[in-house]
Amino acid sequence: MVYSYYPGCTLKTKAKDLDRYARASAAALGIELQELPDWQCCGGVYPMAKDEIATKLSSVRALLSAKEQGNDLVTMCSACHNVLKQVNHDMATDENIVTKVANYMKLDEPYRGETKVIHFLELLRDGVGFDELKKHVVKPLKGVKIAPYYGCLLLRPGKVMAFDDPENPAIMENFIKALGAEPVVYAMRNECCGGYATLEKKAIAEKKATAVMDNAAANGAQMMITACPLCLYNLTKNAQGGVPVKYFTEVLAEALGVKEEA
Amino acid sequence: MENTNLKERILEISGVNPRKCMKCGKCSGTCPNYDEMEYHPHQFVSMVEKGDIEPLMKAESLWTCLSCFACVERCPRSVEPAKLIEAVRLAVIRQQGANHLKPQDIPDKLDEDLPQQAIVSAFRKYTK
Ligand code: SF4
Ligand code: SF4
Ligand code: SF4
Ligand code: SF4
Repeated sequence: MVYSYYPGCTLKTKAKDLDRYARASAAALGIELQELPDWQCCGGVYPMAKDEIATKLSSVRALLSAKEQGNDLVTMCSACHNVLKQVNHDMATDENIVTKVANYMKLDEPYRGETKVIHFLELLRDGVGFDELKKHVVKPLKGVKIAPYYGCLLLRPGKVMAFDDPENPAIMENFIKALGAEPVVYAMRNECCGGYATLEKKAIAEKKATAVMDNAAANGAQMMITACPLCLYNLTKNAQGGVPVKYFTEVLAEALGVKEEA
Repeated sequence: MENTNLKERILEISGVNPRKCMKCGKCSGTCPNYDEMEYHPHQFVSMVEKGDIEPLMKAESLWTCLSCFACVERCPRSVEPAKLIEAVRLAVIRQQGANHLKPQDIPDKLDEDLPQQAIVSAFRKYTK
């Protein structure tokens, strides 16, 4: 299975773990992630304005590059995924944006959202299959109670992201089960941790992150997992509570027995 | 105070139709940052509809909205209040010299674990 891969800027710097454990795990599962040759940072938040083209271009370039390679485009960071997927949706549905982008980029043929953007978790669920994943697990994480933290960006807006039921998701719980661990279900798994406020008003980020972690801990979590570098930072640095937070790719690599070599 | 031009511009930037709103308040009920916003998402909707936009342009809420899309997801009428908030924010920062975040403010806020994503996102949201 060959996929184009958009790692994102944070995975090249502070979130190297998210990337390197993903690559090691993919290799162990026989998935080839081909990094796009010339991607640029997506900007981190989806630009909602209808009259703005410039802020969407880095995403369009990545989407177009995957289209040229003829591959689906895999993302790892929740934020990149949200931005690329929402911009791709604009390109599939908003004729005005399609035309402006085509003119600006001097495209012979307009880009119309043909590339399929999939998060690595979706690839594990739909491409590999959780039953198949289970067969590759050599070190099951037996007895570990893991609270999946979805946050905002993987799920919302649900109609565009189509990742899972935005109010009652199951993908991360099923992922945790496939690794042999025990998922902790808690109410705040899809409520915002306030990460974006960390630069603007730290007190907000501290309050929101603590509420999420408290809720996970109260339901017995020994560990939390996330796909978002900002959530990981916020839950680790701004929350009171001390539950360890890891990238989902780290526990994956561990269960697949490739963590040491990653 | 009614300001028709500004209203038109906000509607155009956001693509939102505030008249779809049935004033159920669900967006504000679900907003994780309700306590920190002096104008709540349902008020953005009703005030833009009335053309009462200047107070929103001065609101702290523009900078404390978390862009979490909860109000977008949970509105029964698909009004998408967060898009209105972004449009008002843009109407502010597109004015010359009105950037909310200055590059010189950044170094003080950094710590060694802060992901690039936080900085990139803040610039995307708060500057032009
Ligand atoms: S979402 Fe974040 S990490 Fe991903 S590319 Fe965009 S800014 Fe960089
Ligand atoms: S607050 Fe956390 S969950 Fe919400 S968008 Fe930000 S980083 Fe993601
Ligand atoms: S996007 Fe902003 S206004 Fe809407 S629910 Fe989230 S924080 Fe509240
Ligand atoms: S949830 Fe939707 S319909 Fe209800 S008040 Fe908010 S914008 Fe209006």
